[in-house]
Amino acid sequence: MHELLISDLNAILPELWLALSAMGMLMLGVFTKRNATRLTVWVAVAVFIVAGFLVHLQPGSGSVFDGLVINDTFGDFMKTLVLLGAGLTLILSLGFIRREGMDRFEFPVLIVLATLGMFVMISANDLLSLYVGLEMQSLALYVCAAFQRDNLRSSEAGLKYFVLGAVASGMLLYGCSMVYGFAGTTSFELLAGNLGSGSDLSVGVIVGLVFIAAGLAFKISAVPFHMWTPDVYEGAPTPVTAFFSVAPKIAAMALMMRVLTGPFGGLFDQWQQIVFLLAVASMFLGAVGAIGQSNIKRLMAYSSIGHVGFALVGVAAGTAQGINGVAIYLAIYLVMGVGTWGCILAMRRGGTMVEQISDLAGLSRTNPKLALALAIFMFSMAGIPPLAGFFGKFYVFMAAVNEGLYTLAVVGVLTSVIGAFYYIRIVKIMYFDEPADAFDAPMGREVWPVITLTAAATLLFFVYSGPLLDSATAAASSLLPMPLHSVQTSLLQ
Amino acid sequence: MIDAPLLSLAIFLPLVGAAFILVIRNDDEAKAAANARWTALWTSLVVLVVTIAMWVMFDPGTAEFQFVEQAPWIPAYGIQYYLGIDGISLFLIVLAAFLTPVCILCSWEAIQTRVKEYMIAFLVMEALMVGVFSALDFVLFYLFFEAMLIPMFLIIGVWGGPRRIYSAFKFFLYTLVGSVLLLVALLVMYHETGTTSIPELMNAGFGEDMQRWLWLAMFASFAVKVPMWPVHTWLPDAHVEAPTAGSVILAGVLLKMGGYGFIRFSLPMLPEASEFFAPFIFTLSIIAIIYTSLVALVQQDMKKLIAYSSVAHMGFVTIGIFSMNQQGIEGGIYQMLSHGVVSAALFLCVGVIYDRIHTREISHYGGLVNRMPRYAFIFMVFMLASVGLPGTSGFVGEFLVLVGAFQANTWVALLATTGIILGAAYMLWLYRRVVFGEFVHEDLKTIVDCNKRELIYFVPLLIAVIIMGVWPAPFLDVMHVSVEHLVDQVNGGTMLAQSAE
Repeated sequence: MHELLISDLNAILPELWLALSAMGMLMLGVFTKRNATRLTVWVAVAVFIVAGFLVHLQPGSGSVFDGLVINDTFGDFMKTLVLLGAGLTLILSLGFIRREGMDRFEFPVLIVLATLGMFVMISANDLLSLYVGLEMQSLALYVCAAFQRDNLRSSEAGLKYFVLGAVASGMLLYGCSMVYGFAGTTSFELLAGNLGSGSDLSVGVIVGLVFIAAGLAFKISAVPFHMWTPDVYEGAPTPVTAFFSVAPKIAAMALMMRVLTGPFGGLFDQWQQIVFLLAVASMFLGAVGAIGQSNIKRLMAYSSIGHVGFALVGVAAGTAQGINGVAIYLAIYLVMGVGTWGCILAMRRGGTMVEQISDLAGLSRTNPKLALALAIFMFSMAGIPPLAGFFGKFYVFMAAVNEGLYTLAVVGVLTSVIGAFYYIRIVKIMYFDEPADAFDAPMGREVWPVITLTAAATLLFFVYSGPLLDSATAAASSLLPMPLHSVQTSLLQ
Repeated sequence: MIDAPLLSLAIFLPLVGAAFILVIRNDDEAKAAANARWTALWTSLVVLVVTIAMWVMFDPGTAEFQFVEQAPWIPAYGIQYYLGIDGISLFLIVLAAFLTPVCILCSWEAIQTRVKEYMIAFLVMEALMVGVFSALDFVLFYLFFEAMLIPMFLIIGVWGGPRRIYSAFKFFLYTLVGSVLLLVALLVMYHETGTTSIPELMNAGFGEDMQRWLWLAMFASFAVKVPMWPVHTWLPDAHVEAPTAGSVILAGVLLKMGGYGFIRFSLPMLPEASEFFAPFIFTLSIIAIIYTSLVALVQQDMKKLIAYSSVAHMGFVTIGIFSMNQQGIEGGIYQMLSHGVVSAALFLCVGVIYDRIHTREISHYGGLVNRMPRYAFIFMVFMLASVGLPGTSGFVGEFLVLVGAFQANTWVALLATTGIILGAAYMLWLYRRVVFGEFVHEDLKTIVDCNKRELIYFVPLLIAVIIMGVWPAPFLDVMHVSVEHLVDQVNGGTMLAQSAE
C-alpha cells in the first residue's frame, strides 16, 4: 500500500512541485521586506524550468491514483508547451509590471497556480479530476484578468470572464453529471469501455457529451462560445492577455482531445459533427471578425479564435495524424503568439501603452527590427510559407484530407485567405504608411530576447523541424494508439 | 560534368547576398545604399554565370531531370529537398537569372529610399524564382511558389505608385486564393499516392473524376498567375503601381510560373482532365487574346497597355500548351521566354522615360525620336518583337503556337491569328504616339537620350531578342527531347483511358 502511494506521488511530482512552489512563493512575497515582484517572477520562471525537468524525468508512467490521473507522452508534450507559454509570457510581463502599476507579487503566484490547474487538466483521467483542474486554472485566471484593480476595463474584463466562465463550468458540470447518471462511472477508462461497447448508449450520454463539449468550447473560445474573448482580451492587462492566448488554450485543447478520443471515442460520429461545426464557425468568424478591428488586442482575440478553428480541423479528423497535426499546430501557435504579444508589449509611447493598430504606422522606419519581427509573425499567422504558421496549417489540413474531410479543408484554406487580409494589413501599416512617432525606447531588456528567439524559430522552422515532429508523433500515438471505431448506434440514425 | 550542387548554389547565393546587405552598416546612408547596390549586382551576376554554366553543361539528349539534388527534408512525411531541371525549366531559370541584374541596374537611380531593403527583396525573389523552376518536390515547389508573394507584396507596396496599397492587396489576395486551392490539390495527391515527388506523381495515374477536381484546383492557382481572362484584373493594377523593376520581374518571370505549372503539373499528372478541359482553356485564351487586345487599344497609360498586351500574349502560351502537341508546347515555352524578355524590355522602355518626365500618360509624349534616337531604335525593336515580326523572338513563339493550334483546332488558330493583327495595331499606334510626331509638352524639349547604364541593360536584351528570332535552334534543341517526353506522357495517359473505355 505504501509503495503504491509513493509511486503514485512520484507520478504527480511536477504537480506537487508546482503546488509547493506556489505556496513557497507566496511566503517569499509576504516575508520579503522590499518589493518582491521581480524576484517572484524570476523564481516562478525557475520553478517552471524545474517543472519541465520533472515532467520529462519519468515519461509515460500510465494512470495512477486508481485511474484518476494519467501520465503519458501526450500529457508530457502538452505540459511542456504550457510551461513554455507560461514562462515566456511571465518574462515578457516584467517590464509591464514595473511600469504599469501591477507591481504585486501575487501575479506570478497566480500564474503558477493556473499552470498547476492546467497540469491537472492535461493529465485528467476522470471527470472529477477534469473538473478540479479546470476550475483551479479558471479561478486563477479570473483574478489575473482583474489584476489591475484600479482600472475599469480590467475589472470589467475580470467580472465578465468570471460570470461567463461560471456559466460554462456549470454546463460542463451538468454534462458530467448526465454522463455519470447514464453511464454509471466518471472514470475515462470505464467510460471508454462502456460507451465503446455500445450496449449502454442512450440519449442522456449524448446530451452529456454535448454539454461537456460546449463547456470545453468555451474554454478554447471556439465559436459560438467565443463572445467573451474580444472583451476579456482587450480589458485584461496585456501580459495577462498574452498568457490567456497561449497557455490555457493549449491546456483546454489537450483536455478536449483527451476527452473526445478517450471516453467518448466510441461516439466519434456524434462528436465529429460538433467539432466540424465549431471548426468551420471559428475559422470563419475569426477571419471575418478581425477585419473591422482597430484595437490590436481585440484583433488578436479574433485571430486566436481563428487559430482555434484551424486546430479543431485536426481534431475533427479523429485520427492519430489529426492529433499529431494539432500538437504541431499548438506548438507553432505558441511560438508565434508569444512573439506577437512581445511586440504588442513593446508598443509604448510617451510613457503609456498604446493599443491601436494605427499606432504601428511606419514602424519599419522608426524601429525596423521590431517591424521585421512583427511582420514575420503576421505572415506566419496568415500561413504564408516558408514561415512556421504554414506548416501548422499544412499538417492539420493533411489530416483532414486523409479522412476525406475535403469540405473542411477547402473552407479552411479559403478562410485563411480572408484572414490573410487583416494580417497583411498590419504589415501594410508598418511598411507602407507614413511614420507616426517612435515608440519609447528601450523596450525593456527582457522583451527583446523573447521576440528574437520566437521570430527566429518562426522564420527558420522549415529548415529543421524534425524534433518537434517526432515528439508530436509520439504524443499523438500515446493518446490514440489505435484508430477510433465508432459504435454503430441505432439511436440518432 | 561538375558535381557541384549548382542548383542549390543558384538558390542560396542570392540569399547569402541578401544576408550581406542586411548587415551593411547604416552610418552613412549614401554609402550604405551604394554598397547594397553593388553587392546585389555582383551577386546576381554570379548567379547568372552559374545558370549559364548549367546551360552549357546541360545534356539535351535526355528527358531525365539533370543536376538532381536529393536530400531528406521532412523525413516523417517523406518530403524531400529535391531539385532538378529538364529542358523546360532550364531556360526559365536562365531567364530569371538574366532579368534580376537587369532589374537591379534599372533601379540604380530610380530607387533612392530604403535601398537596402529593396535589394534584399530582389535577391530573395531571385532565390525563390530559381527555386520554383527547379523544385521537384511538390511541397518544396509550393513553398517557393507562395513565398514569392511576400517580397512582391513589399516591392509593390513600399516602392510603388500612388495606388500601391490597393494594388498590393489585390495582387496578394488574388494569388493567395488560387494558391491555397493548389495546396488542397497537393494534399489530396499526397493522400492518394503517398508521395510528393513530382516525377513520381507524373506516373501516378489518378482516376478520371479525381483528375478533374485536381485539375480545377490547380487551374485556380495557375490561371491567376498566368493570368487568364477573367482573373487577370490584378495584373494591370499591379503593373501600373509597381516600380519599373517590379513590373519587369512580374511580367518577365512571375507570369511564367503559371504556364510552367500547367506544363509541369496539369499536363503530365492529369492528362485526361487536361484533354477534357482543353476546349475550356482555348475559349478563355481566345477571349483573353481578342478582348484584352481591344482593351489595350484604348489605354491612356503606357504601363497598363503593356500589361494588357501581356495578358493577350500569355493567351498564346496557354493555347500552345493545351494544344498538347510538340509544336504547340514548344511554341508555348518559346513564347514564354520571348515574352519574358520582350515585355520586360518594354517595361524598361517605359521606365526610362518615366524616370525623366514622371508620367506614363501616352498623350504627354510625342516626338521623342528627335531628341532620343537611341531610345527610339531600342523601343522600336522591342515593339516589333512584341508584335511578332519575323526575325524577332516573338515571331518564332507565335508561329509555333499557331502551327500547334491548327493541328488541334482550326477555329482556335484562326481566332488567335486575329489577335496578332490587333497586337500590331495597339503596339504600332503606341509607338507612333510616343516616339513620332511633334513635341507636345515643353518638358520634352530637354529630355536626354539613354545613358550608358541604360544601354548596358538594353543591349543584352536586344541581342537576346534578335538571336532568339533568327536562330532559335539552340533553344529548341535543348527543350525538344523534354517536350517529346511530355507529349508522350500526355498521349500515353489519354490512350490508356481510351483503351479502358
